[in-house]
Amino acid sequence: MTTTELAPLAVGSGTDPAAVTVRGLVKRYGDRAVLDGLDLEVRRGECFALLGPNGAGKTTTIEILEGVRPRDGGEVRVLGEDPAVAGRGWRDRIGVVTQGEGAGPALSVRETLDHFAGYHAMARPTGELLAAVGLDGSAGVRVERLSGGQRRRLAVALGVQGRPELLFLDEPTTGMDPVARRQFWELIRELRADGTTILLTTHYLDEAAELADRVGVIADGRLADVAPPDELGAALRRESTVSWLEAGVRRRVRTEAPAAVLRDLLAVHAEVPGLTVTRPGLEDVYLQLVGATPTTAAEGDLR
Amino acid sequence: MTAVSTPTRPAPPSTTRIAASRVGLELRLFFRDRQKVAFSFAYPVVMLVIFAAILGGDERPGDVPFTQYFLAGIAATGIMLVSFQAVGTAIAEERETGQLERLQLLGTPPAAYFAGKAGQVLVTTAAQLALLLPVARYAYDVPMPVDVAHWLTFLWVAALGSLAGTVLGIAVSALRGSASSVSTGIAALALVLQFFSGVFFGFLELPGWMQQAAALFPLKWLTQGMRSAFLPEQAGAFEIAGGWEHGRTALVLAAWVIIGVMVCVRTFRWRRGEG
Repeated sequence: MTTTELAPLAVGSGTDPAAVTVRGLVKRYGDRAVLDGLDLEVRRGECFALLGPNGAGKTTTIEILEGVRPRDGGEVRVLGEDPAVAGRGWRDRIGVVTQGEGAGPALSVRETLDHFAGYHAMARPTGELLAAVGLDGSAGVRVERLSGGQRRRLAVALGVQGRPELLFLDEPTTGMDPVARRQFWELIRELRADGTTILLTTHYLDEAAELADRVGVIADGRLADVAPPDELGAALRRESTVSWLEAGVRRRVRTEAPAAVLRDLLAVHAEVPGLTVTRPGLEDVYLQLVGATPTTAAEGDLR
Repeated sequence: MTAVSTPTRPAPPSTTRIAASRVGLELRLFFRDRQKVAFSFAYPVVMLVIFAAILGGDERPGDVPFTQYFLAGIAATGIMLVSFQAVGTAIAEERETGQLERLQLLGTPPAAYFAGKAGQVLVTTAAQLALLLPVARYAYDVPMPVDVAHWLTFLWVAALGSLAGTVLGIAVSALRGSASSVSTGIAALALVLQFFSGVFFGFLELPGWMQQAAALFPLKWLTQGMRSAFLPEQAGAFEIAGGWEHGRTALVLAAWVIIGVMVCVRTFRWRRGEG
């Protein structure tokens, strides 16, 4: 069972292999170009995570793809159509998990879901949705009395209500406790297993590593890199850090050939205390890609 | 591999179906908001009681007792309250809390959203008048419309007036600013319109420029139409045009509804700021 859940990508299945295609996307606010020639491709059936610092343009990108924000340049196709002009039929094929409330704070969870069911061509039954997001115990509770976490679940239920082919999630787990986050991840995996294409933005690298088939990093209005989470920043990953203690002071050397460094070290010292060799993790790679860490110069160079 | 062959999706529900479901939703939300309900229904009655207590002995030109003259004005202003003011305020709030954003993402036709508001306003207007008229009739001996023709006038003026007020509310909700600043602006505009439109004073006593400004907005015509339903026929001679101007009243109110809806459908903003 677990093996089929994360089945390999169905690249090229269906009529259009790409769910989202973006070429040279430009968006300006005043004189400032938030997006400056962004290219992006999301394949059908994959879960794609957009990473980037605050203000990097993640939300702007998502909003342009959702067709609620005009763009200043570039080509965009979402499910084969241009979001800027696509109609209601297209809207019904995409789902969005928003931060906003439902239809009104005085409605109960069930009433909210029942109401919005009437906007979709093929709505999932309310009972099924309530169970899927774990709100069956709160079906009769008014939206204004829900906790923050419960509101997020309602937002997810509303996002998937119309059986979307493509689901957008903008920082979906912000403010969730760890248990709620795990449950939410499980829900996303199930949706992906059903064939839903998922495009999410997140601040959390563990979330991207956990959920995404591929990760894209936005920096300076462009896509700095795209790869599966454990292959991101391939060039950066070639460098390992060799670290050890010398007279009680920690020394570090960054190198593409850690074995050679170790040989040199062992030739000089009989014993090397506190010796470690580490490869950069997703977080290190990410921070370098977005330019948040000045590449710490090696504190000691043996050669 | 589970072949996800995209099944041909049926078209999304029609604008009419969504409009019908929105009318139900708006009514449910309105009647759950006790403060709003109490204010909408009590305001005209309280105003009638206050003005009758102060000016109850006065007479208006054409031997019309003040309370009778004032009932027409207060019925009109009550309609503006539940249409223009309530709708404008509600939309600004819904925009701020992200409810409209959700509707936009669902591809909700603006017309369906407007229809929901209009349906709720019509029901609320009917309930409000059903409370006000008996109070006027039995507590203040104000005569009701004299025959079927006058009742019909009352009905079409009330219906067109509340629809025009709804459109005006949708239009002003687009004002820039936070929901609370928009609400304040709307309340101020409503108050000014009430004075300009001759709700509290005889319209004839107002300066000319005020009369002309008021003629651009629905409230003046709504008030005049209400007078034609409640006042005796000869009182029409004391109107500014020397008659009730039913044709012009219908024309102005209908124009507000039709042109207003056409403009609002094109310019309606679902979210604050751009887009």
